Amino acid sequence: MELFLHQVLAGLATGGIYACMALAIVMIYQAIDGLNFAQGEMAMFSTFIAWQLIEWGVPFWGAFFLTLAISFAGGYMIERVIMRPLHNAPILSHVAMFIALFAILNSGAGFIWDYQVKNFPTPFGTKSVIGEGLLSAHDAGMIGATIVMLLFLFLFFRYTRIGLAMRAAAANPESARLVGIRVGQMLALGWGMAALIGAIAGMLIAPVVFLEPNMMSSILLYGFAGAVVGGLTSPAGAVIGGLMVGVIENLAGTFIPVIGRELKLSIALALIILVLTVKPSGLFGRTVVHRV
Amino acid sequence: MNTAVPASKRRAYEAPAYWRWLGFLIVAAIALPLPFLLKNFFIFQLTLAMVYAIAILGLNLLTGFNGQFSLGHSAFFAIGAYTAAILMDQYDVAYYWTLPAAGIVCFVAGFLFGLPALRLEGVYLALATFALALAMPQILKLSPLEHWTGGVQGIVLIKPNAPFHLPLNPDQWLYFFVFAVAALLFFCAYNLVSSRTGRAIKAIRDNPIAARTMGVNLSLYKSLTFGVSALYTGIAGALGGIAVQFVAPDSFTFGLSIALFVGLVVGGVGSIGGALFGAWFVLFVPNIAEQVSKGLAGAVYGVILVFMIYLMPFGLAGLVRMAAMRLARAKR
Repeated sequence: MELFLHQVLAGLATGGIYACMALAIVMIYQAIDGLNFAQGEMAMFSTFIAWQLIEWGVPFWGAFFLTLAISFAGGYMIERVIMRPLHNAPILSHVAMFIALFAILNSGAGFIWDYQVKNFPTPFGTKSVIGEGLLSAHDAGMIGATIVMLLFLFLFFRYTRIGLAMRAAAANPESARLVGIRVGQMLALGWGMAALIGAIAGMLIAPVVFLEPNMMSSILLYGFAGAVVGGLTSPAGAVIGGLMVGVIENLAGTFIPVIGRELKLSIALALIILVLTVKPSGLFGRTVVHRV
Repeated sequence: MNTAVPASKRRAYEAPAYWRWLGFLIVAAIALPLPFLLKNFFIFQLTLAMVYAIAILGLNLLTGFNGQFSLGHSAFFAIGAYTAAILMDQYDVAYYWTLPAAGIVCFVAGFLFGLPALRLEGVYLALATFALALAMPQILKLSPLEHWTGGVQGIVLIKPNAPFHLPLNPDQWLYFFVFAVAALLFFCAYNLVSSRTGRAIKAIRDNPIAARTMGVNLSLYKSLTFGVSALYTGIAGALGGIAVQFVAPDSFTFGLSIALFVGLVVGGVGSIGGALFGAWFVLFVPNIAEQVSKGLAGAVYGVILVFMIYLMPFGLAGLVRMAAMRLARAKR
């Protein structure tokens, strides 16, 4: 029972990170109907920037918020410069552009900071908070930070004017434009926020998986799994899906011999295929109907 | 939404039919004497380029002609390579028999993966295959399979010698062998896409709803195309394993899928000959980039992809075709 509880809590902690990635993916999916395969690499690159700032002597929280600002600006610029001209292009161009971003960021990070595995500091410490080794301070911090961030996002989208405008632009671009919302700006803002959320996820998970250019590839996959389980059209669903994937991954890893330990990524693969074939809209998503 | 290239622009660059044969003759005239002129290492690299060309052709059948996306073709490449390697290593099967075996195994794997993928359109399929590509190295490392796959260490193979006492060294022989297989597969692909079946495949890409009303069985054709595409890539994988003489899980990462995808876009989506250009590009550009700095290959890929999408959406093959078209018009 002790082991079970420990795994569930640890699962919730990593699940929080998957939830962040899933949320970032869903935000971009809502805006442009495309899956951002470079989301993980964007987060990785942000984390490297934070690491570099800390190396230069910036205190942790200073580096943290500076990185968020840089990531927001970076995401905003990516939309304006790279994605904007492809607005009406076929899906192939979108996929190719995401793959290009993936390759550039991945190998760019390797080029600038080399492939040596680096330690990333945790602001929360490593002592256990509940029981003996049941939940480490960093795990608790991850869960806490995720909850705070989600709360902020909820308040932003629910109660601010600009949040409402962003929702309108995603839900119905043409009508939104008619009532005077600058849809293009809203898209770019969405990209900036997705990059920011990814940066938070990257900086929180880096002390656990260590910092290197390929650190986010499996986390991105779990993020996708979370987004698909929760439903690509539902931000709240993506968060719940991410948490579920974290718990499922941890429990399967502990209690199913061989398969669980060695095939962790395949669990994500199986989840994605299962949900997409049985219920493509996910647990909380709405079914999208296209008009012929 | 599913179309890779807008339908209205596609017809414009048709050159006369005999130009294709002319193109093939030119390629053959350049390719056949090469092994007698070059060092063994370059012969080996050219062999690999043809292997990639087959794999990219497989991907092109799926994406360029059927409008389905796959970021997971590295997985089928791996399945083909491992099928060949296990047959040669464990059961002493001759190398040329491993090709049909790899093809059949991959066809079945692709067909089965294509079945659930039917419900997935566009980006969803890209997502599922992306997951497949990431999970594949882990599946190959699985300890219960270690007896066959050799786990992390992989399997070492022996390069075949030329048969009938031909005066060729193993590298030269393999070059001609791969050339023959590639020529056959390209010929089949050309016939496939210009057949009745090929028209159905292309109709699904251009307008699935119209295709269905014309009586095309969407699910059957889509999963068949997925199977054939995997078959091509699997045969390429088998040839690649034989040529490199080594298969290991970490040779088949998502990076390979990116390389194939880049080759597809650079060569030209929806062009059979384009696979050749794409393969050359994928093989030699990273080599040049790596000489500048380790790990720069990805960045170069990325930047070139961006430029291709903006400036040359038809790829290098589109460029050649446009030139040929101009020539044909000038003669008239």
